[in-house]
Amino acid sequence: MIEHILGKLDLSAIPFDEPPAMIAGGGMVVGAIAVVILITYLRKWKWLWTEWLTSVDHKKIGIMYILVALVMLLRGFADAMLMRAQQAVSVGSAHGFLPPSHYDQIFTAHGVIMIFFMAMPIMVGLMNIVVPLQIGARDVAFPFLNSVSFWLFVVGVILVMLSLIVGEFGRTGWLAYPPLSETQFSPGVGVDYYLWSLQISGIGTLLTGVNFFVTIIKMRCPGMTLMRMPIFTWTALCTNILIIIAFPILTVTLGMLALDRYLDFHFFSNSFGGNQMLYVNLIWAWGHPEVYILVLPAFGIFSEVVSTYCQKRLFGYTTMVYATACITILSFIVWLHHFFTMGAGANVNAFFGIATMVISIPTGVKIFNWLFTMYRGRVHFTAPMYWTLGFIVTFSIGGMTGVLLAVPGADFLLHNSLFLIAHFHNVIIGGVVFGYIAGITYWFPKATGIKLNEALGKASFWCWLVGFYFAFIPLYILGFMGATRRLSHYDAATGWHPYFVIALVGALIIFAGIGFMVLQIGTSILWRKKNMDTTGDPWNGRTLEWDTASPPPFYNFAHIPHVHSVEPHWDHKQALLNAEKHPARVESKRAYEPIHMPKNTGVGVMIGIFGFFLGFALIWDIWWLVIASGLAIFASVAYRSFDYDIDYYVTVEEIEKIENEISNRKRA
Amino acid sequence: MANNHNTQAAGHAYANNHSHSGKSHGSLISYIVGFILSIVLTLIPYYLVVNHVLPTEMGYIAIAVLAVLQLLVQLIFFLHLSLAPEGRNTLLSFIFTVIVLFILVAGTLWIMYNMNVNMMEHM
Repeated sequence: MIEHILGKLDLSAIPFDEPPAMIAGGGMVVGAIAVVILITYLRKWKWLWTEWLTSVDHKKIGIMYILVALVMLLRGFADAMLMRAQQAVSVGSAHGFLPPSHYDQIFTAHGVIMIFFMAMPIMVGLMNIVVPLQIGARDVAFPFLNSVSFWLFVVGVILVMLSLIVGEFGRTGWLAYPPLSETQFSPGVGVDYYLWSLQISGIGTLLTGVNFFVTIIKMRCPGMTLMRMPIFTWTALCTNILIIIAFPILTVTLGMLALDRYLDFHFFSNSFGGNQMLYVNLIWAWGHPEVYILVLPAFGIFSEVVSTYCQKRLFGYTTMVYATACITILSFIVWLHHFFTMGAGANVNAFFGIATMVISIPTGVKIFNWLFTMYRGRVHFTAPMYWTLGFIVTFSIGGMTGVLLAVPGADFLLHNSLFLIAHFHNVIIGGVVFGYIAGITYWFPKATGIKLNEALGKASFWCWLVGFYFAFIPLYILGFMGATRRLSHYDAATGWHPYFVIALVGALIIFAGIGFMVLQIGTSILWRKKNMDTTGDPWNGRTLEWDTASPPPFYNFAHIPHVHSVEPHWDHKQALLNAEKHPARVESKRAYEPIHMPKNTGVGVMIGIFGFFLGFALIWDIWWLVIASGLAIFASVAYRSFDYDIDYYVTVEEIEKIENEISNRKRA
Repeated sequence: MANNHNTQAAGHAYANNHSHSGKSHGSLISYIVGFILSIVLTLIPYYLVVNHVLPTEMGYIAIAVLAVLQLLVQLIFFLHLSLAPEGRNTLLSFIFTVIVLFILVAGTLWIMYNMNVNMMEHM
């Protein structure tokens, strides 16, 4: 009877015998309880619910995405520290503090969290905050869908965090290759946590892709042709195209693995004609575009940052667009380079090796465009500019080791080694993370109205940059010495120990960098009176998002802008300068019109809650709850479909009130 | 359309919600024509197979050709693919999808075939 009610779930699911997991999990629970008590004490529940959780405002959803992602950055980084510490001490007769079963969960969780629950949501969050503002729209095409996407992502986060204290996480590596991830070798719930957290948040990502694709194609303001879109919006467009095409592959592949595990199918098993190589092929057909999904928006951010802080039009706008489009297409013809050694043969390897090298051409075009923008520009050395310069150097090194790995012959020596680990951290930290931090610093005043502290931002940058080189150059060397990835213990005679210790020091320096980041955001918000941006244009920006207030009113623009160039805000400012000389050309003030806006809704939260129960029930085989929560999700969607009271008009009086407040703020 | 609440200023190419009766959504007649064509294109191969009209190999080819024809019929009549300027976006995204699908399917077959030959022959 009890197994019908609770499925596989019982007290043994809580890992009392693994102190590290219990400490981490316990800390998490205490933290969550503290947050709940704090909110209750401050009587903020109603405010939280009406202003944030049920919001369909793209700016608020974006902020929530980034907030959750930063928390997950801390979790993922804690995993990284554990691994660095373990490898620094677990040499020879010493075996460190982590048993292999736990160590394996940590490297799996680190990869999954950093890609899916840190990088992806920061990217989606920035896109949410910036894209509608840059194209002069009042929200995304499907605001409710946006809320659903966010809550599905939160479900994934909660499931991954929950695996710390109830059950276990996968021990398979971040892509869960079979046959290791099949029931035969992974009988526990670890892989199931992996599968369902990725499936549920992956559907959210796919919805985001559709949503932003439609937004960018259909909702640009009058005059904004495709070739007048800001580069960040262009990269967002290409990223969303990649999401729409690549994420269904992930869904199908994980679905097939789920069928293998739940219903004894044999797609990827060792027996009955299963073929694990097909899994590797399919997962990388998603996985390679995925890295471009992450890095293209970072390229977009650097383009905006360079052009703004050099007070100069971006060099080679058109080539930037075409380079982005080229990378989008090319990212689909290189996936085999992730498994050169699996034995496809010389012809196949040669094709994919060359295709991989070709990608470095459009990427090189971009690097030169940024450099030429700086050349003879008036470079302002602000924190985002520091991140950009650090990126150009670091990413170029990472790109070069990537081209080295693209040579199939070299790959046979280096695959699965720490050289590979160093390479992809080099491009992901140097490209994606630096870019996103630059983006957060750059657009923070736009989203919140508060400028971040420059000195702490630069301190954080130096720690990240120096820490990165200390942490990963040793890994390149270790790779040449033959150290493989995912080791929890090695022999003293290998001579690897000093390098692992240096890598630990590097990770500690990065830790200081993260500390400065938290300090920077915390103190800037705490002492916001000093750092207010009342102008709406703190950096002397060039694109539309700087045309409105900081933070923008919920409808973004009182009048939908009309644009005539790539840099409408810059041109607008130039025109105003001219207008001061020739007063006759001042624009007369136009009357406001009622604005059509979507209403907030709690249905997204409800779908999230039921989605969580669905995922949890699938993991623990609680079939009645699977059916119940599945029906509940269906009912929520049906309820929403027949709810016609979803929009309203903002009255002219209210717009006038808000706009007057904004102009008062500007004058003060 | 409820979700397309964000009506943009007049004069914009995408201004206003495209309503349910818009040209791009087809008419009752075009749906019926498409439906009948689809049925006919399904019945022909059925007839060919059941009555052994063609030799086996010719039969396969005929079925494949008729299937592709029906694919086109459905794309044009149900998914409103057209060469008209207002359908340019749909057409472009369709062509792009076909190219990527081709890359993925052909690439996967190529890779898996080679792996099979190189690694699994003895099995």
